[in-house]
Amino acid sequence: MSWAVTGNNQTIELASIPVKTPAELCTEIIEQCRRGARPVAFFGHKQSSGVRLFVILANDPRSELMASSATFAEGEKSYPSITSEIPAFHLFEREFYEDTGIRPEGHPWLKPVRFSHNRADQSAKMADYPFFKVEGESVHEVGVGPVHAGVIEPGHFRFMCSGEKVHHLEIHLGYQHRGIEPAMADGSIWKKSKLVESIAGDSAIANSLAYSSLLESAAGIEVSARATAIRTLALELERVALHMSSMSGLCGDVGDLTGNTFFGATRTYVINSLLDICGSRFGYSLIRPGGVNFNIDAELSVKLLKTLEMVRERVFLIGERTFNMPGVLSRFQHTGIVDDKTAEQINMVGITARASGLKRDIRADHPFGFYRLYPAYKLTLDSGDVFARAYMRYLEAKRSLGYMIDLLSGLPPGGQLLAERGSLKPDSMTVSMVEGPRGELVHVMITGANGEAVRYKFKDPSFNNWFGLALAVRGEGVSDFPICNKSFDLSYCGYDL
Amino acid sequence: MFDAIKVRIKQGKQYISDVKRAEVNPKFRGFPKLDDKTCTSCGNCTGVCPSGAVTGRPLKIDMGKCTFCGDCQRACPNQSIQFTNFHKLSADRREALIVNEKTDPNQYTVDAVQARHEIKRLFGRSLKLRSVSAGGCNGCELELNACSNVNFDMTRFGIEIVASPRHADGIVITGPVSENMAYALEDTLLAVPSPRIIIAMGTCAISGGVFQNSPALNRKFFDKYKIDLYVPGCPVHPLTFINGVLRFLGR
Repeated sequence: MSWAVTGNNQTIELASIPVKTPAELCTEIIEQCRRGARPVAFFGHKQSSGVRLFVILANDPRSELMASSATFAEGEKSYPSITSEIPAFHLFEREFYEDTGIRPEGHPWLKPVRFSHNRADQSAKMADYPFFKVEGESVHEVGVGPVHAGVIEPGHFRFMCSGEKVHHLEIHLGYQHRGIEPAMADGSIWKKSKLVESIAGDSAIANSLAYSSLLESAAGIEVSARATAIRTLALELERVALHMSSMSGLCGDVGDLTGNTFFGATRTYVINSLLDICGSRFGYSLIRPGGVNFNIDAELSVKLLKTLEMVRERVFLIGERTFNMPGVLSRFQHTGIVDDKTAEQINMVGITARASGLKRDIRADHPFGFYRLYPAYKLTLDSGDVFARAYMRYLEAKRSLGYMIDLLSGLPPGGQLLAERGSLKPDSMTVSMVEGPRGELVHVMITGANGEAVRYKFKDPSFNNWFGLALAVRGEGVSDFPICNKSFDLSYCGYDL
Repeated sequence: MFDAIKVRIKQGKQYISDVKRAEVNPKFRGFPKLDDKTCTSCGNCTGVCPSGAVTGRPLKIDMGKCTFCGDCQRACPNQSIQFTNFHKLSADRREALIVNEKTDPNQYTVDAVQARHEIKRLFGRSLKLRSVSAGGCNGCELELNACSNVNFDMTRFGIEIVASPRHADGIVITGPVSENMAYALEDTLLAVPSPRIIIAMGTCAISGGVFQNSPALNRKFFDKYKIDLYVPGCPVHPLTFINGVLRFLGR
């Protein structure tokens, strides 16, 4: 058997994962991906001698995950790159190279990923980032960042343009790197809730849900139906909050101040509902391994229902107004197109992939939490432009609000909110995936002989999607960059870790 | 047209009219109330704290390190630690952020930030700030954005986030300052004309927070430059920020 078959929130023994030579593994990956699988994780784990490369592929129609691995002996410093055959691996291979120094031979775009502090090549300096150069008489460059004009996370964008037209955008990140992955494997894994919430504040619920579900799976903890429902509600609140904030920004960027302030104020109602539940506008401290810290009692449930009904009314009203305004539509439509073929090739995920026609949603493909009992349906649009990404946010916000209102109306009766901790299964691997506001978050944990976490790997949806933004602005005017960027609304800190 | 009017009516008045008297939701975790008499030094609180903010005998919480997660409160068998929704937490000295049983929240607010005459004279009526996110999780950044939204509307006090350090009177730092961002942070500060102020916003900026032991940080900036205002929180509530700055400006 070449692949160990597993699923979302399932734990398998390390011994059941096949060990191949790198060349064999690459051939098998290419074969599987040609049949429709796609990568969700690809990372190295340093061993006493050499490195073990783990790869996890998703088979979405069958709700399956497939795991395999290969070992590199000490001194074995290269393998044949997969990217030239399957472009979806381009960033995974770059990350693996940056971490371990093992070179994917024949990689067409082997650049630094985030200049992590424990990178294999310490001589690589941020100031020497190898930017792509476009030359010619009318070519000029526009550099932006790392410090941006608003209150935004840091990142450097360099546009190669002729006149107003962008030929190529190079996105250079890594400024937010705080060393989260090694910190996860340092000390008790049960004490990392706060660290996980601090990966990306706007996806704190999604990340803490993935982390908690992972530990619950690895330790065999049952979470009560009520706690599961509260978690799912919080995840949908987080989704609506981010969509409202993106829409607010998009309206602001095209000069629609009414949309800007109305969407902004609507977001406030949503995040204040989280404050009502757990005392934090970002849902910090709500989710812990074993369940949730806070209950939703009858009184709060009525209050939340009332707020969500009102928010839904507001979203309908502003959405219909915004997407009927010729001034807004003329800026949104046919701007920053990523077609379905490109989106699939570079393995885009989440709302931006769905706006390019890819039917990908972890809530439906690899259901977790309450979505197993009360399914979420996939929505897609075909045009792949700023309009599609914006309209998708409007559609999803409406759908999420409906989902939450249904959920709150039939909240499962009381039960244990927070279950006892257990001990993690030794020598095992667990994968947990969550559809966060931006798309698929992947957490992978490998445990050692005593059940301690020896490797913890994150993948944020922005890891897949930043390259999509670079492709979206090709051939567009530089002045359309802000709306392209806002329509993707990607995370810097989730990528930089 | 009709829709636009409906939107305008539906929006109504969103702003908080009196930010100084406004109260935050009772569930909000702000100023911690400590009780030494019931504390049995069991050590649960120090054991669960993710950032080493709690010390026992006598009980003390360093709000510059605290992430306001409430884990200590939940772990305490005697309710010796209770987070209140009191949100005016800013201080102009690092050591003032360490609170004990005797610290009274209202007195804290008065003592912790002393309005200086020259600050009032220079920036009292107009303060333009430049934001530098340096390793932040985007939580404080979103809340700093929210300070300027229709709800909190900090611009009405003449406090504004500007797009260039050349237009600014100071900087607001969010995040624990990653090694990769250390140069850009200092560069931005040096581009702000003097006299200038520095505000450290959020637990990460003040102490490194949950990242304080990470080898990927470079916090030399804080040894080199004096911080004028510390605004604790994880993330900082917009009312905490606005009230802190208003007090700093002597308003």
